[in-house]
Amino acid sequence: MLSVNNLTKRFGGLLAVSSVDLEVKEKEIVSLIGPNGAGKTTLFAMVAGFLKADEGEINFEKASVVGLKPHQICQLGMVRTFQITQPFAGLTTLQNIMVGAYSNTAQTDSAKKKAEEVAEVVGMTSLLSQGADGLTVAGRKRLELARALATDPKLLLLDEVMAGLNPAEIDDIVTVIKGIRDRGVTIFLIEHVMKAVMNLSDRTYVLNDGKLIASGTPSSVAENPQVIEAYLGHGAAEAMAEGA
Amino acid sequence: MMSNFRSHLSFLLLGALGLIILPYFITSRFYIDVLTLIFFTAYLGQSWNILGGYAGQFSFGGVMFFGTGAYVSSILLTTFGFPPIFGIFLAILGGAILGLIVGYMSFRSGLRGSYFALITLAFAELLRVLANSVEFTGGGVGLFLTYAPGLSNLQFESPVGFYYFALILMFISIAIVYWLESSRFGAQLVAIRENEDAAEALGIDTLRCKIYAIMIMGAMGGAAGTFYSQKYLYLDPPIAYSIHLSVEMLLVTIVGGMGTIFGPLVGAFVLHTVNEIARHFIDTPGLSLIVYGLILIIIIGYLPNGLIGAFKKKEKKSESSSLDKNQSREEP
Amino acid sequence: MISASLSMLPAAIINGLMYGAIYALVALGLTLIYGVLHIINFAHGAMLMLALYAAFFLFHLFSIDPYFSILIVTPCAGIFGYIIYRYGIGPLAKGKDQNILLITLGLSIIIENSALFFFSGDQQTVNLSYGFEAFDLGFMYLSYPKVISFFAALFMCAVLWAAMSLTDMGRAIRAVAKERQGARLVGINVEHIFAVTFGIGIACLGAAGCMMLPIFYVDPYTGNIFVLVAFTIVVLGGMGSVVGALVGGFIIGITESVGGLLLGESLGQIGISLIFILILIFRPTGLFGSKV
Ligand SMILES: Nc1ncnc2c1ncn2[C@@H]1O[C@H](COP(=O)(O)OP(=O)(O)OP(=O)(O)O)[C@@H](O)[C@H]1O
Ligand SMILES: [Mg+2]
Repeated sequence: MLSVNNLTKRFGGLLAVSSVDLEVKEKEIVSLIGPNGAGKTTLFAMVAGFLKADEGEINFEKASVVGLKPHQICQLGMVRTFQITQPFAGLTTLQNIMVGAYSNTAQTDSAKKKAEEVAEVVGMTSLLSQGADGLTVAGRKRLELARALATDPKLLLLDEVMAGLNPAEIDDIVTVIKGIRDRGVTIFLIEHVMKAVMNLSDRTYVLNDGKLIASGTPSSVAENPQVIEAYLGHGAAEAMAEGA
Repeated sequence: MMSNFRSHLSFLLLGALGLIILPYFITSRFYIDVLTLIFFTAYLGQSWNILGGYAGQFSFGGVMFFGTGAYVSSILLTTFGFPPIFGIFLAILGGAILGLIVGYMSFRSGLRGSYFALITLAFAELLRVLANSVEFTGGGVGLFLTYAPGLSNLQFESPVGFYYFALILMFISIAIVYWLESSRFGAQLVAIRENEDAAEALGIDTLRCKIYAIMIMGAMGGAAGTFYSQKYLYLDPPIAYSIHLSVEMLLVTIVGGMGTIFGPLVGAFVLHTVNEIARHFIDTPGLSLIVYGLILIIIIGYLPNGLIGAFKKKEKKSESSSLDKNQSREEP
Repeated sequence: MISASLSMLPAAIINGLMYGAIYALVALGLTLIYGVLHIINFAHGAMLMLALYAAFFLFHLFSIDPYFSILIVTPCAGIFGYIIYRYGIGPLAKGKDQNILLITLGLSIIIENSALFFFSGDQQTVNLSYGFEAFDLGFMYLSYPKVISFFAALFMCAVLWAAMSLTDMGRAIRAVAKERQGARLVGINVEHIFAVTFGIGIACLGAAGCMMLPIFYVDPYTGNIFVLVAFTIVVLGGMGSVVGALVGGFIIGITESVGGLLLGESLGQIGISLIFILILIFRPTGLFGSKV
């Protein structure tokens, strides 16, 4: 469904993403992990059209999306969420989700209906009339997810939707994500919470210093010495401990 | 919710009816003129509101559409005898095309915030200098239109005629914003205002939406230009592209409340009333503008949502106690 | 016509250079404020107009030579700028970019119309005893005031540059410009530095106003003329760039006088807004800047 070849991005002298190849197949949940600053968000930004790649190809459903604008990529069925949540702060939860829903309908009524359905799926029904600026961290993360889901994507790019949540909230959102996959949406997610990664992913890619250092099933990746070294080297041992 | 909307609507219709029959009760030419001016400014403010209040793109050169529209219909009239009742549509077209050009050039190169505000100012300035130096605008001497009342000229013997002209323009502008409030396009503009990156990520063609918004603003400004030139029968570059009108458009909207349907009307009403009262006591040049400047600063500092926002907040406060209970109970 | 214009070209260029130095000083104030505070002071032109009036009244009422007034008006303007930012603009804007633009717009409306209210709309000029004396350059006469203003403006720019690079305050300002949060963490009072920077920016206007008065005029609308000029210079040179402001000042000064010569008074003004638009659209980082 999504295939990335030789993708590279430089910020001045810094190689943020370096010749990355990866693939996401239909109905999969694929995760992308790696220490802070590994280049994960940068990779998502390029895939979703927010950053111009210096080199490489990005194909979505066999067609190149390089050079397309984010809204065009969204209309093709690939939509991202933001690690640093970007709510429409002055609007209510319902209005926020409706913006996503409007990408498939011009009718206010059907957009509203769609938004309410999506809110049900992510468990935000009780918060619909609340202002987005008043949401908790968990609420904002859910809102990111809900808005993206309301666009009826084929592939969801989720950037750390669990960061800052407590264990109960994480369990909640893991269930939600599984539910979304069961509805036929493919999911590609960046995550630091190892427990969730283990639990959710069919396959995992590991990025370190912009380079892909491992890939495979979550458990095989977790045993990979290169990966452990990368994490330990960057003092992210807690992340592993958390997963254990 | 629905009944609330219905009562809202009937209230509105009643207000509209009141404004329609008002001239039958007001005989003073002075009051009719002031009201005409209020409608006219509210209309221009509304055009600014669409791009500034809804889409969040502040312009400091909104007058350029007004001036261009005024020149289009006036030149068509003086040079070809083209009747303004049709000319106004070409003025609208001219304003929209100018909006397309300015919008495409500035939004495509990613100008936002203060930079967009300043580039519109520069466009207005550029047009003023151009209008001053070319022949067909009458240059610095200006254009004189002949007084020939009649519907085809959009000129009226009685000030009541212009009252209705301005009132119709204002009604149309309110209808446009009413539509925005309940349409996808309006929701997309608001999304752009609140967070442009998120809007783009969710499939909104932000460039196109912003260009459409500035084209609507331009079209509306164009019609205002025809209104003005047919009412005052004179046009020159400093009038057509005056920064004061650009400021007035944003001022009435900010004072009344950006991104609200009635903000520009409320703002225009308040400011013109203040102005007339101030003039009544001390009629010196500049005084009312000093007051305007003060009001602008006070509103930005203390009432960022304008008078309507302040009023709504109060209303919400008295309701909120019951709402709060509801929400805390439903929270999972 | 064209050949006549061409023969006057050197004179136009030199005239442009003279004004360019003062423009540079005006733009320096604006670019400094932008570089440190990341705000656009829309009232820059109006404040320049106030400085011109200050110099005018010092001359008119107390017969103080405008060039001597630099010593009085510059510090007063600085204090005025500090106070108005620290206790007015800063607290009111709550850190929002567009709020600052609108508040300074409101300020410029108030200043301009207060001037109209108190000083009337008449154009005011000063007659200096040496105002009509001039150097004979062979192909043109260059009046004393223009030459004095030119060197005074260059001198002020140099003083500012030295102060920014050599004093503790200059270092603190540059620290804040670079790393606002970091500066706050190491205990620099950022709000104070902001206000000081704003004050210095306005002090530049104080000096520029005194230098401009002998070779220009003042009326309440003078600020309008210069607001776009100053923005154009700053955008041309790159927002926040000091070298850019200097070079931009000269470019705009020359463009204006040469444009006036070749295109005529009226159309000549088109250069400023055209340059502004083109730069913003095609090279928003300016000729020297790296950030917008
Ligand atoms: N716009 C930018 N300009 C310059 N450098 C950038 C930019 N965006 C990211 N970087 C740098 O690129 C590198 C990769 O950043 P990125 O945000 O992609 O990391 P990440 O893997 O998402 O990290 P985290 O887990 O902390 O979110 C970092 O060193 C970062 O500082
Ligand atoms: Mg990241």
